[in-house]
Amino acid sequence: MTLLTDDQRQLQDMARTFLAEEGTIKKQLRHWRGTGCKDGFGHGLWKQFAELGLTGVVIPEDQGGLGLGATEAALVLKEIGRNLTPSPFLTTAVAAAKALEGTAQGERWFPGILAGETVAALAIDEGKHHAPEAVALEARRQGNGFVLNGAKQFVVHGASADLILVAARTAGGVGEREGLTLFAVERGAHSLEVENVNLADSSKAARLAFNDVAVDADAVVGEVDDGWTPLSRALAAGRAGSAAELVGVAAGASDMTVDYLKARRQFGRLIGEFQVLQHRAAHLHSEVEIARAAAWKAAELLDRDAPQAELMVHVAKAKATRSAQLAVQEGVQMHGGIGMTDEHDIGLYMKREAVLGQLWGDWRYHARQVAELSGY
Amino acid sequence: MADLEEFRGEIRAWLEANCPPEMRTRPRSEDDACWGGRKWTFSSDAQRQWLEVMAERGWTVPDWPKDYGGGGLSPAESKILREELRAIGARQPLYSFGISMLGPALLKYGTEEQKCRFLPEIARGEIRWCQGYSEPGAGSDLAGLQTKCEDRGDHWLVNGQKVWTSYADQADWIFCLVRTSTESKQGGISFLLFDMDSPGVSTKPILLISGYSPFCETFFDDVKVPKDQVVGEVNRGWDVAKYLLQHEREMISGMGLGGGGSALLGKQLGQIEDPFLRAEVAAFDIDALAFTAMSEHFMDQLKAGEAHPAMPSMMKYSGTELNKRRHELVMAAGGSDTLEWESERTRGGKPAREWLRTKANSIEGGTSEIQLGIVAKHILRLPGA
Ligand SMILES: Cc1cc2nc3c(=O)[nH]c(=O)nc-3n(C[C@H](O)[C@H](O)[C@H](O)COP(=O)(O)OP(=O)(O)OC[C@H]3O[C@@H](n4cnc5c(N)ncnc54)[C@H](O)[C@@H]3O)c2cc1C
Repeated sequence: MTLLTDDQRQLQDMARTFLAEEGTIKKQLRHWRGTGCKDGFGHGLWKQFAELGLTGVVIPEDQGGLGLGATEAALVLKEIGRNLTPSPFLTTAVAAAKALEGTAQGERWFPGILAGETVAALAIDEGKHHAPEAVALEARRQGNGFVLNGAKQFVVHGASADLILVAARTAGGVGEREGLTLFAVERGAHSLEVENVNLADSSKAARLAFNDVAVDADAVVGEVDDGWTPLSRALAAGRAGSAAELVGVAAGASDMTVDYLKARRQFGRLIGEFQVLQHRAAHLHSEVEIARAAAWKAAELLDRDAPQAELMVHVAKAKATRSAQLAVQEGVQMHGGIGMTDEHDIGLYMKREAVLGQLWGDWRYHARQVAELSGY
Repeated sequence: MADLEEFRGEIRAWLEANCPPEMRTRPRSEDDACWGGRKWTFSSDAQRQWLEVMAERGWTVPDWPKDYGGGGLSPAESKILREELRAIGARQPLYSFGISMLGPALLKYGTEEQKCRFLPEIARGEIRWCQGYSEPGAGSDLAGLQTKCEDRGDHWLVNGQKVWTSYADQADWIFCLVRTSTESKQGGISFLLFDMDSPGVSTKPILLISGYSPFCETFFDDVKVPKDQVVGEVNRGWDVAKYLLQHEREMISGMGLGGGGSALLGKQLGQIEDPFLRAEVAAFDIDALAFTAMSEHFMDQLKAGEAHPAMPSMMKYSGTELNKRRHELVMAAGGSDTLEWESERTRGGKPAREWLRTKANSIEGGTSEIQLGIVAKHILRLPGA
């Protein structure tokens, strides 16, 4: 990670101020959780993201976006993570926008994303563990289009989405990268069953059942049988982005914990005076800083289209997850009993980490990719 | 930018012409690394040549000023040089406490005479330095040191003992912490330089668990030192000492991990049959690559003057714990082959000896516990740390 440019620092400051004011746990996460809203996030806030230009952060300039990269997206996501702000930013403005880049479907959907009116979701996994090659959902040619049959799960914001990008098999066998095709399926498609599932962190993910869902040929994103190309673009951006969000989660939990060590008294002293807690806090701090550097390095390599980007994205997602796990576990422990209460925010960090940690591959998945990419 | 790219091109061509092929590997052993000094014998012509051509351009210390034997390179230029050296796998031409520890302290605290006198011979590898900090009664609690230094009018008189002095028996000069006043603990320490050939200096090697003896007990018995060899003010040596420690920790943090991405442990070990070991190695490689990203970022921050002064402690802690883990895994992967202590197959027990040597990483230069304490106090600002 080289140092941020002045423009990047400005963007960071803007995102930080915006989310610290509008995206707080009280105003957003707790509010929407309390109202039992089916989306789990506020459309008003999503509009505000758009007004600041953020929904177009990675959309090319000639299509109305900011034309920036993974690094800028990461700067925003870190603040989202720190505030646990529920929003479709990661799935829509980062992952889906990257999948749509340079495709005809992009022309169709970018205006809505830019306006903060469109929410997009990615439907990839079919089992309880992330496995993007293991797609069995079948897309059969019929007439001028395709018919989709199969099921998806862990489709984040799936029930709120206007656009669902569905990985389907048009050729090859389950487990192969070849023969996948990515389809743009619109909200309300006939015979698409959507079950909205409330997750541990109060975010929503859908289970989808496709029973002869018919789509036109132009619903294909990119090329037939070459869905892996847009999909891997989306996954790289999404994983790098979720790493950055996890760094924000880790930093938020860690700061909250260090503050508590300076406030809570036991045995006539501040608990932060106990060396055992000092050393654990210092270790935690190091791990969070290292995760941050890894996440930024991955983003930087993606932005430079460097050959090591793929490896580093896996490293970043795994490292950020591990550091965030450490942060939330130490966080709850060092808060004692209050840390176990619903009223205190530290537990919310723990729940968010659990979801982000599994999104697009848990750390073990990414560790396996590191080993395979490196030939061992 | 264009200028920098041109500079990169020049460096690349120059290195291609001047870096001997034998020097494009990491040193195979401690002797294979060049430490320089009056007592040094080069292990090969290539080793000598590599030091000479690099010193000639000031590139043993690329970012020191030219007047003091450095290369006078800007931060951006030094970074390019580092990258180009790494790209061809070139080793450091000179390993030196003078470069990594004393030099930075002299640049900040030395007088003009001291800089002109000591820095160029460090840059050229002519004088090898050792570090006289620890004493039998003063390790982690370094400021408790007792080595006595009295003002005798026209000279200082030093009496006392140091311990764990790395390479004291091979060094030419020592930078040494001495007590010039007993009135206050930190406020009675001075930072003194003297020749190890001075009458009254003696050393006694100590054997490490690795079977090597890279360090010594060092004794001072009425050693006379010229008055102008104190760095910084008398009784203010603690500031110099702490500043130097930051640089030492920076250096140690990177030990063993050099080479960045190419240093993937799994790649080095090849196909790993045991799924448990493979998983552990992958988990290690993730931490190592993430740490490498952190090191690069830290270097950029340092050069831009944006690094927190306690960052070297964080880096030292994380880097050394990682290096110990690396060697645990190397031992596990090698199985009983790695237990051989003397065989030729293991080049004299290299894996086991290196594994043992890494255990010192989290002790030398201040233990892991001390580094965590510094992070807790100066970065996290925890109470009473
Ligand atoms: C290979 C090697 C090379 C070295 N080279 C040099 C050299 O060239 N020059 C030189 O001057 N010194 C050198 N040293 C010495 C090194 O700096 C000291 O060993 C180190 O500072 C620790 O001091 P100590 O050995 O007295 O251990 P102690 O200070 O006695 O520590 C013992 C244990 O107690 C822990 N401890 C101590 N204080 C605290 C505390 N406040 N809180 C929590 N835990 C604590 C330590 O972390 C450690 O685990 C070298 C050491 C090694 C191993």
